[in-house]
Amino acid sequence: MSDIAPAIELKGISKAFGPVQANKDIAIRVMPGTIHGIIGENGAGKSTLMSILYGFYKADKGEIFIGGKKTVIPDSQAAIAAGIGMVFQHFKLVENFTVLENVILGAEDGAMLRPSLAKARRELKALAEEYGLHVEPDAVIEDIGVGMQQRVEILKALYRRADILILDEPTGVLTPAEADQLFRILERLREEGKTIILITHKLREIMEITDTVSVMRRGEMTATVKTAGTNPAKLAELMVGRKVLLRVDKAPAKVGNKVLEVRDLNITDNKGVHRLKGVSFNVRAGEILGIAGVAGNGQSELLEVLGGYEKATGEIVVNGQKIDLTGRNSDGQSRRARGIAHVPEDRQREGLIMDFFAWENMVFGYHRDPKYQRNRLLMDNAAIKEDAAGKMERFDVRPPDPFLQAKSFSGGNQQKIVLAREMERDPDLLLIGQPTRGVDIGAIEFIHQQIIALRDQGKAILLVSVELEEILSLSDRIAVMFDGKMMGERLPADTDEKELGLMMAGMTKGEAA
Amino acid sequence: MEKMPQWADVVLVPLVSLLLASIISAFVILAIGESPWAALKLMVNGALGSSYGWGYTLYYATNFMFTGLAVAVAFHARMFNIGGEGQAILGGLGVALVCLYIPWPHWSLALIGATLGAALFGAAWALIPAFLQAKRGSHIVITTIMFNFIAAALLNYLLVNQLKAPGMEPATPKFAQATHLPSFQDMFSFGDTVLFRGTPANVAFFVAVLACIAVWVLIWKTRLGYEIRAFGHSESAAKYAGISPTKIIVVSMLISGGLAGMMAVNNVMGEAERLVLNAVEGAGFIGIAVALMGRSHPFGVFLAAILFGFLYQGGAELALWTSIPREMIVVIQALVIMFTGALDNMVRAPLEKAFIAFSKSHAKAEG
Repeated sequence: MSDIAPAIELKGISKAFGPVQANKDIAIRVMPGTIHGIIGENGAGKSTLMSILYGFYKADKGEIFIGGKKTVIPDSQAAIAAGIGMVFQHFKLVENFTVLENVILGAEDGAMLRPSLAKARRELKALAEEYGLHVEPDAVIEDIGVGMQQRVEILKALYRRADILILDEPTGVLTPAEADQLFRILERLREEGKTIILITHKLREIMEITDTVSVMRRGEMTATVKTAGTNPAKLAELMVGRKVLLRVDKAPAKVGNKVLEVRDLNITDNKGVHRLKGVSFNVRAGEILGIAGVAGNGQSELLEVLGGYEKATGEIVVNGQKIDLTGRNSDGQSRRARGIAHVPEDRQREGLIMDFFAWENMVFGYHRDPKYQRNRLLMDNAAIKEDAAGKMERFDVRPPDPFLQAKSFSGGNQQKIVLAREMERDPDLLLIGQPTRGVDIGAIEFIHQQIIALRDQGKAILLVSVELEEILSLSDRIAVMFDGKMMGERLPADTDEKELGLMMAGMTKGEAA
Repeated sequence: MEKMPQWADVVLVPLVSLLLASIISAFVILAIGESPWAALKLMVNGALGSSYGWGYTLYYATNFMFTGLAVAVAFHARMFNIGGEGQAILGGLGVALVCLYIPWPHWSLALIGATLGAALFGAAWALIPAFLQAKRGSHIVITTIMFNFIAAALLNYLLVNQLKAPGMEPATPKFAQATHLPSFQDMFSFGDTVLFRGTPANVAFFVAVLACIAVWVLIWKTRLGYEIRAFGHSESAAKYAGISPTKIIVVSMLISGGLAGMMAVNNVMGEAERLVLNAVEGAGFIGIAVALMGRSHPFGVFLAAILFGFLYQGGAELALWTSIPREMIVVIQALVIMFTGALDNMVRAPLEKAFIAFSKSHAKAEG
């Protein structure tokens, strides 16, 4: 074993951004033909490390050895030449190009495309047979599914003769079934001798597919262990630096009246695409209705309609009263007046103004409330600041400084700012989308506790999440959305990830069997 | 520390930009065979060395304050209003109508009336582009610049056909004596000491200062300002919060157009006392540079407007006393605009690095 050179060896890699030490003296050895997982919280330095390996950043210190040879990687061209391929979390594909055109983009052999395309077509066929990576070469990217697009990314890397594949959070956009397919492909690649580095924050994936796993925390590599010799709880502890509750403790729901009733909701967007197709459901006081589904199946639009910034037809009843779906009383202000609070899916684009101070963000959406006005003309900024400081204290926002801009907080603390603002309004109904996306494990625990606490106060909560685990552990009832439709409802006790996964892919249990 | 301190961001960056612009300007002046040092002395003397110089500098600065504030307010809503020129032309029309057709008993009332008229006409001229942007998505940069040409043509037509005073010149008759605004000479001359003799600076300067304060209150202290800034930073977040994009676009452009229009109180009512062609003289465009250099902050706009007033007046002196052509001052202004606006990051990034490196080594030395 020891005479085989590692596929990648990093020695003493350090990288600082200003005063932030993103990577500190990182050492890692990845043996050829293995799948090596790198796990860590957001901001632990995983992406920085991979960017150094792929030539996006230059390390301040340290050496890189590829196949035992010391290699300098000043840019991504050099990384590709060294046999490294990268599959980014957000695909780098040209949407209106075909698969074939995307594969050769940047790797054309000459000014004329025909010979390159013909060659790529042959190679793609060979690759498809070798690794089971079947894709229609002439399909246009925007017409094929996310899982297929990811295959194209992998093919791009293989076409460039990559021996080492880095995948950054590859399952974030996939259904459980698609994720399984991806793992089969990765196993096949491993059999063929490729080396794979899998970056993820999902413990389950690490356990399922990797041979070795490295844990990063605050820029340091805290441990590298054989996957077979560890377990999720231990890994979580290594990631966070303390013991973490992976399950949420909660009492049975004490359900009250219907707070939200949605009947036959339809949305057709301005391109004529039917986004919501006759969606109906209700949420009662004191319960959490979880909506599971792969991103892009209508959940976002549903939240936007309820939050007052998307038009729809149908009927929405809140506390027994119909609310306007069009016209001047259908905006976010009217929704808030009806006791609907909304933690939006994308806190950076919607929930927060990143350049505003925390105190300014703490009233965002509620800034017209009379208690924040000094008189008819001026806002009462002093009161808002005081109010904000209290909320940051109670929601454990770190650092609890109202005079920092939203963008200087970590993802988890940004989310806590939004939660504090929305939850402390004492709403009847809380809409909450992707509560823990991009949030570190320590903060996830806190956020989940807050959601449960609000439910136990008798509030109705509509939870939308693409994390199945989160849906399963928080919800009192689970509904699954696919292609703008409700696929059905289940009780968490009567279902499992497998069934929900099938529903998320548009199949019912009967169909799949 | 991840950022440089705020004072460096607000004061140091513009100053360094200005210094760089001056150095390059010095080389240009050298290249045409004049002494940069003598030119600088002449500019400073001519613009700031006497109450006469100040009278012109502050007059120009007043124009630039109005147009700079106009651009700054729109910037906060992420609207690029480059129609200040046209809005100021229309403001002039408003002032002329108010002064010509209403018999004012006293200048103070006339000032209020003319200010309202100017703001109303300027705002109305910004309304159409704003509405097109909000409802039809027509880009505000394109529409406002087109409206500059329409405004110029409209004024041309009116001055030749409808409002022309008897005689050859396309200009309105002189306004009534009662609308004469006190000039700085009227206000600041005591007994035998006559200050600001013959200069156009007038009471409109104080209107501009008030406008700076009003804009500061609007942007940072009111609900509307909060919503304008929120919309400017993130339209998607504004929608989430229930802030109507249409309302913010229209209202911020109305305020912007109104401010640009108010410039006419200075140049039309305060200086010319009649409406002539090309009264705006490019002040609408200078306003963009002023807003950029002032970082869209009313106090920054105030300082930048005075700087540009100095450049304007100093440039006129240069043209008068040296062989440096008047166009030279356009070059200098362009360099200032280029460094403070377009090349802002070129100065900012190294300064930021230097500050961070300094604070690091400082921390090390202490630790």
